[in-house]
Parts: sequence; structure tokens; C-alpha cells
Amino acid sequence: MSVLIFVETNEGKVKPSSLEAVAYGAKVADMLGSSATALVLGELAQEELESIGGYGAKKVMHAADSRLNQINLLAYAEALAQAVEASGAKVLVMAKSSLGDPVAARVAGRFKAAFAGNVIELPTKEGEHLKVKRSVYTGKAFAYTILKGEKQIIAIKKNILAIEKTDAKATVEAFTPTLDDALFSRVKTVKVEKASDEISLPEADIVVSGGRGLKGPENWGMIEELAKVLGAATGCSKPVSDMGWRPHHEHVGQTGVKVSPNLYIAVGISGAIQHLAGVNSSKNIVVINKDPEAPFFKAADYGIVGDAFEVVPKLTEALKKRLGK
Amino acid sequence: MKILVCITHVPDTTTKIKFTPDNKQLDKAGVQFVIGPYDDYALSRAIDLKNELNATVTILNVGTSETEPTIRKALALGADDAIRIDAEPTDSYFVAQQIAAVAKQNNYDLILMGRESIDFNGGVVHGIVGEMLGIPALSPIMKLDIEGRVAKMAREIEGGKEYLEAELPLVLGCQEPIAEWKIPNMRGIMSARTKPLQVLPPFAEDVLTETDRFELPPPRKECKFIDPENVEELVDLLQNEAKVL
Repeated sequence: MSVLIFVETNEGKVKPSSLEAVAYGAKVADMLGSSATALVLGELAQEELESIGGYGAKKVMHAADSRLNQINLLAYAEALAQAVEASGAKVLVMAKSSLGDPVAARVAGRFKAAFAGNVIELPTKEGEHLKVKRSVYTGKAFAYTILKGEKQIIAIKKNILAIEKTDAKATVEAFTPTLDDALFSRVKTVKVEKASDEISLPEADIVVSGGRGLKGPENWGMIEELAKVLGAATGCSKPVSDMGWRPHHEHVGQTGVKVSPNLYIAVGISGAIQHLAGVNSSKNIVVINKDPEAPFFKAADYGIVGDAFEVVPKLTEALKKRLGK
Repeated sequence: MKILVCITHVPDTTTKIKFTPDNKQLDKAGVQFVIGPYDDYALSRAIDLKNELNATVTILNVGTSETEPTIRKALALGADDAIRIDAEPTDSYFVAQQIAAVAKQNNYDLILMGRESIDFNGGVVHGIVGEMLGIPALSPIMKLDIEGRVAKMAREIEGGKEYLEAELPLVLGCQEPIAEWKIPNMRGIMSARTKPLQVLPPFAEDVLTETDRFELPPPRKECKFIDPENVEELVDLLQNEAKVL
């Protein structure tokens, strides 16, 4: 049962969540007595391709088609489906993302493959099939699910595996999927708007989020400064994005971005159940709120009952000193 | 213009999840069920498009008879008619098969649904349907306008947005802020009672996953409170105890 890992890149680098997927896929391959192959779509430097071997993939299939440099869901799904066929993979692994999900879906439809998303642990074997633990009810529970398809697709959540990198280099093989031009023209990308200089929220190891307690968008400077010192992404609660204080892609919660960083710092967020659902798989949670009755304290590891406008600047200064910034 | 809106019947977002003693099923006692919040956005945009483009909106739900109040609520919001596939929505592939089968018989211009359900959060049904129908499926869509046969859309990506255009037919997984959620008015509620709701047996029975048990997360350990005058202590704890700095 060979394993194929779908790898995403961003600005010439493999995304950290995809490296985790490679490490996960390699462990699954070990368990199955097989080997792991990674698939990279679009042009990427040879060195970066080879470095994927350090995470456990023996081989990288590389489709250096410049048309794949820009994300196109239909073309990506087609290329991935052809890679599944070419490699004979029975198990496909990828990171859960705004690209991974729709692409995995098409491949599942094509091959009648069993799919499990939000997987949070390595699978176990259940006869011929894999059994996974996945997060369900938006992080409020877990399900143990057996994948019964002949092909099995696993999309993993971030930060579920400690990754050890070695100096191993992967063998890079050119892969040339047949991609009709119509695939690229059927859905046209008109433009892409990306906030520059920003750490991607779903990819971040540390997230600093602000809520209504910050009283207005003009006060976000202190959240951004704290995030900068920590190398963190910034997030917000739903009312904050609803009021337009912050862009929607920063909304963390049940109907927004679900995050699982090593550290989540919530400032001025009371902790409605819908917000908790989006953050409860964070490894450590710090809550800063002036209301000692805020429900978020029940879900927190560390809490400070105090005025955010006093606590946050002090915390930022203390961190600057400690981290030598 | 014919629009199909697929809705899920899920526990309200404020629900505290519990399972039956054998951990095999959700304990539904006292649980309020609603239209999936993402599906609600899809439905709201469909109703706006109905008014803008003189479209018809059909609701589709895969579920047993207990989902009918949820379907009636969708009708009360302004949809014209509804189809219920009489089956437990066992997994993504099974649900997608039902949607694709209904779509093949009816030639919808647009198939809208939420980006994911809030029970199993798979987020793949739209893509599987798109593949089964051989048409593009895009998600998560946060803006949608129709001009002639062209859909103009914005898709959320990590840290930003991607603006896309594609010709109909399309399958779209929707999310906020594609439309404002609507609240049914009395006239809507009254008329929903008489709108057609067709119940069909499942079209195919392929179920590719099987969940053998559920589990609740372990309780979090007690919160350690730190004096706001002594933020240094928090820095110490993050560095030495949590080891995250």
C-alpha cells in the first residue's frame, strides 16, 4: 500500500503544514511496509525538492509545469489524480487547507476513495483498512473512523506530529501530467489579494487574537505588536470581523478559521462556545480578560484577569526583553 | 435559472456535544437542530439571486423524517420546493452521490451548499459532486454574483482572497460574508407549510467510511492565574513550563 503525499508550496518553499504531511505519510508508509512519495506541482528549486527527503519521503514526483505555479483547483486535482494512478498509491495524505480540501474531494470522487479530514493521530490498521482518529463537531469531539475504500485519503490537522528532520535527500523525478488547456481556462483567476508581510493564520505556531474587549480597530496596534514579538499570526473573534474591524480571513471560530497552534493568546475575548470550537485543539491557551467570569478562563491554561490596555503592552515589553528583541 | 441548495441538519453551534453511553451515537436529548450555518449562507445568497434573476430555488437534504422541520425552515426563508432523500447522511461520498443523482435529473445552473457541515466538518461533498457531474466545484466562496452565464466569485485563501470567474453550471461551497442570514417572516412560515416537499429513496448505497466510536476531549487542566502586575511570571511559565517560546 504505497503512500502519496500532496505537497503545497508558497513563495518557493514547501509549506510547513505540508512538511508535517510528508512526515505523517512517511510514518504511515513505514507502518504498511511501503514507501512514501511526495508530489509537488509547479516550478520549485531542486534543493527545496530534495530537502523533502529530510521529512521521510524517498521520492518526489515533480510536475514542473509553469501553468501550475498559480493555484488552479481543477488542474491541481487532475494532476493529483494522475499522480495517484502513476504511483499506484493506495493511501493519499495531505494537510487540511483551502487547497487540500477541494482537491482531495475531486480525487475522492474520481476514485471512489474513502476520505477522512481533520485527522489528529497516526492511523492504526484494521484488517485491510486504516482507522483514524479525527476531530468532529468542530473540535468538540473525536471520531474513530475506518476508511473502507480501496483508496484511502487522509487530510491532517496542523501540529499533530513532532517532526524530526534528517539530512536525507529525496530522489526527484519529473512527472508530466496531461493537462488540457481547458482545465486552466474553465475557472479564471482574475486576481489574488494577499496581505503582505503576514504570517498565515492556519500555518502559525503562535496566534494572538483580539475580541470586542479591544473596543475598536484603532486599538489593534498592540495586538500586532505582541504578535510581532512572538512571530505570531493575528486572529479575531466573530463580532470583530462582523463589525469590519478586522478582515474576515482573521476570524477564528466555528464558522471561521480553525487553528491548532502551540500557543493561542486571547485578548478581550469572552470565549463563546463557537469561538472555543475554533481554538480548543491549541496546545496552550492564554486568556487576558478583565472579567473574571469570562467563560474562556475555563478553557485556558494560563489566565490574567486585568485590563488588556495595561496588560498587553507590559507583556509585550517583558517578552521583548526575554527574547532579546 | 435553477438553483439547488443542499442543506445539512446539524446541532446548533451552542450545543454541548454528548454521546450515548456506548459512544456510538450523538445523544440528541435536548439538542436543538438547525440548518448548517454555512449552508444558511448558501441559502441566503440563493434567495437573493432568486429575487435578482427570477431564479427558482430547490432545497435538498439527505436525512430521515426528523430533518423535516429544518427543511420547512429553509422553505420559509423563500425557497420554492424541497427534496428529501430518505436516508441517514452516512458519509461524504454517500451524500455526494445523492446530490449528484438529483442534479443529473434536473439540470441545475448552480448547486450551492456550505463549505462544510459543522458535525463532521469534512468539507469535501461539493468537490465530490463537482467531480461526479464533471463541472467545476469551488470552495470556500465568500462572494458570488451572476452576470449572464458567468459567475464572478471571491474565494477565501490563507491570508487573503482569490477572485475567480467561471461559466455555469458550478458547484459552490459557501461561507460568510456571501450574504446576510435571513430570518423567516410569518408569511414565509405560513406558506412553507404548503410548499412541495418530495421524499425520495436513496439513489445509491455506497458508504466508504464507518465510525465505530466517538470520544470527548479530556477536560483541560485548571487555569493558572497570574497577577496582572507580574506578567514576567507568565513569560517564565510560557518559556519553562509550556516551552512554547
